[in-house]
Amino acid sequence: MPDSPTLLIRGGTVVDATGTRRADVLVAGDRVAAVGENLEALGARELDAGGCLVAPGLVDLHAHLREPGREEAETVETGARAAALGGYTAIVAMPNTEPAIDSAAVVRQVLDLGATAPCDVRVAGAITVGRAGRALAPLAEMAALGVRLFTDDGSGVQDARLMRRALEYASALDVTLAQHCEDGSLAAGGHMHEGEWSSRLGLPGIPAEAEELMVARDIALCRLTGARVHFLHLSTAGSLQLVAAAKAAGLPVTAEVAPHHFTLTHAEVAGYDPVYKVNPPLRTAADVAAVKAALAAGVVDAIATDHAPHAPEAKEAPFDQAPPGMLGLETALALALGELDLAPERVLALLSWQPAAIAGIASEHGGPIIEGAAANLCVVDPAAVWVVDPTLLASRSRNTPYANRKLRGRVRHTILRGEPVVIDAEAQR
Amino acid sequence: MKHLLAVADLGTEGIEEVLRVTDSFVEVSSRAIPKVPALRGKTVVSLFYENSTRTRLSFETAARRLSADTMNFTAPTSSVSKGESLRDTVETIEAMGIDAVVVRHGSAGVPQRIASWIDASVVNAGDGWHEHPTQALLDCYTIRQRRGSLEGLRIAVVGDVKHSRVARSDVAAFALLGADVTLVAPPTLLPPSLEGWPVTVSHDLDAVLPKVDVVYVLRLQNERMTEALLPSLREYTASYGLTRRRADLLPDDALVMHPGPMNRGVEIAADVAALAGSVITTQVANGVAVRMAVLYLLLGSGQDLAG
Repeated sequence: MPDSPTLLIRGGTVVDATGTRRADVLVAGDRVAAVGENLEALGARELDAGGCLVAPGLVDLHAHLREPGREEAETVETGARAAALGGYTAIVAMPNTEPAIDSAAVVRQVLDLGATAPCDVRVAGAITVGRAGRALAPLAEMAALGVRLFTDDGSGVQDARLMRRALEYASALDVTLAQHCEDGSLAAGGHMHEGEWSSRLGLPGIPAEAEELMVARDIALCRLTGARVHFLHLSTAGSLQLVAAAKAAGLPVTAEVAPHHFTLTHAEVAGYDPVYKVNPPLRTAADVAAVKAALAAGVVDAIATDHAPHAPEAKEAPFDQAPPGMLGLETALALALGELDLAPERVLALLSWQPAAIAGIASEHGGPIIEGAAANLCVVDPAAVWVVDPTLLASRSRNTPYANRKLRGRVRHTILRGEPVVIDAEAQR
Repeated sequence: MKHLLAVADLGTEGIEEVLRVTDSFVEVSSRAIPKVPALRGKTVVSLFYENSTRTRLSFETAARRLSADTMNFTAPTSSVSKGESLRDTVETIEAMGIDAVVVRHGSAGVPQRIASWIDASVVNAGDGWHEHPTQALLDCYTIRQRRGSLEGLRIAVVGDVKHSRVARSDVAAFALLGADVTLVAPPTLLPPSLEGWPVTVSHDLDAVLPKVDVVYVLRLQNERMTEALLPSLREYTASYGLTRRRADLLPDDALVMHPGPMNRGVEIAADVAALAGSVITTQVANGVAVRMAVLYLLLGSGQDLAG
């Protein structure tokens, strides 16, 4: 016997992969019970969705939650709360923790920490032991715990032979390897995009080609092995051209971009504020335009945050000593709605159902809002204008490059397994 | 002017004002008691995260000749290694009640960051590869002393431009004062992009030297050999060193400059520094007066310089 209705989301416009329609959404327990106009449910909690989009919860393929090891910057719980406020119902935690997520034990630890979090926390495992790029991590052992993405993110797997073996091995496990594309020898010592601004500012640069070399190499390895490759946070026009060509050739590659790579350029570094230090670095205006064009053309499959919290004192170091990374979970949706000339349903595809498919969690997240579907939802007011105040963010860190920026589009409610974890932009737990 | 962080902050007018005020302090420096009370009661801290005997002494001498109190903070190369953030260090020093911080740091941009955190004036005494504005000012002053003006002068800046804060400041200052600047260096020692730089580039020092009014030789650091930027010091000297033979290609009245410390026999021949056209020791002497002018313009309360 189905649960009695617990939640009624009233007055919104439902948007999912099947289209857009005016409808109320009725939730019973952790499932969608009904979708239709003028639904009534006695005793169910009502959430107003007037003027709002009701969409499948967002899915972030790329969040650094810092736990274990860097709890002063973020914890699974604070990162998950930031995610919920950003409209996410699922996030993939990156494995560059201390210790790295390179074994079943650490996978279990992070999954346990996420079990009570206000967002579904999934885990990406490391490809190599300790992310050191020398020996394969126990991929099957981690896959058995549900890990579907593997990456050494923070750095790329430099050794082509090792990456080839990893792809071959992974192809038997129905998992996807994701690469932080950066040729370590070409990028060595760099702290920002190499070009006009790095030359002027006297900072060592990272050329676009450091990223593109590894994108090209991994496309070749994808062709060689037939295994899926996901490209993390692509930032250059050249990388996107390579991916477009690989897709045209029918290779099983997918790609994500981060909001800062379609909103900010290397000129931001002029004041040497490490809040603008990120890896891959902020690139040129032409690269920003190429990222936007690739999103519009469907070359890019997902917008991922690369949410990378750092404690304030770490970002008060000199630019070349500060760690790279920016917060992203609470601003991604608004930036995508406001800065891309894409219809809301295209933006939501890039933030929800397409990344859900890459993460291998499409049965629970990002699916069409229909009777019986998992009730992982977000309600977005596309017209709401708000100002980013770093002190009000749920993240334990403050390193947003969008401080004081006025954004349009705000998450109003987030529903995780039927539970409203965010109501009227307030976290409920 | 609140801070001196980069040459561009000054603009042409600002540079000319510093050079005018420097004239007064050159005169002060020639007195029997080379001291004026212009900054009495002011406190100037030198905050040096990188070894630099000459620049630190030059600033401290300048501050003392202006009757300022001086404090000296010599930090290990990285404050991070001590667990204290740069901001903590700077705010601690400011809490002591100071008027200006003279900053030298191995990382580009540190003076800008400090200026955004504290109320005191910040003087950039060299930050990473970025800028060394007082070096550029003393270089301009030295050239102007000999040539009257930089307008229309042809200046070759030779050597490791890529890693040189002196080059970035000098190029900006020379161009603002109307000089034509040519960079002469192997491609590996030029910045990856010269977009927006008011320069021309040459890789042929022999062709450039006969046509210049000033040749400015940059220091070559030995570690460049380990970064695959150059095959060997010998090859560098053969192609880009201001050797005795090359010095003969210079016009008779050309000036030879170097920011020091020199690697004699590498970027500059041992005896070239002793040539008639060499103004290398004059550069050092002018450094004190230029830094007096900068501190005076930043902190001075308008007292009569004759005081």
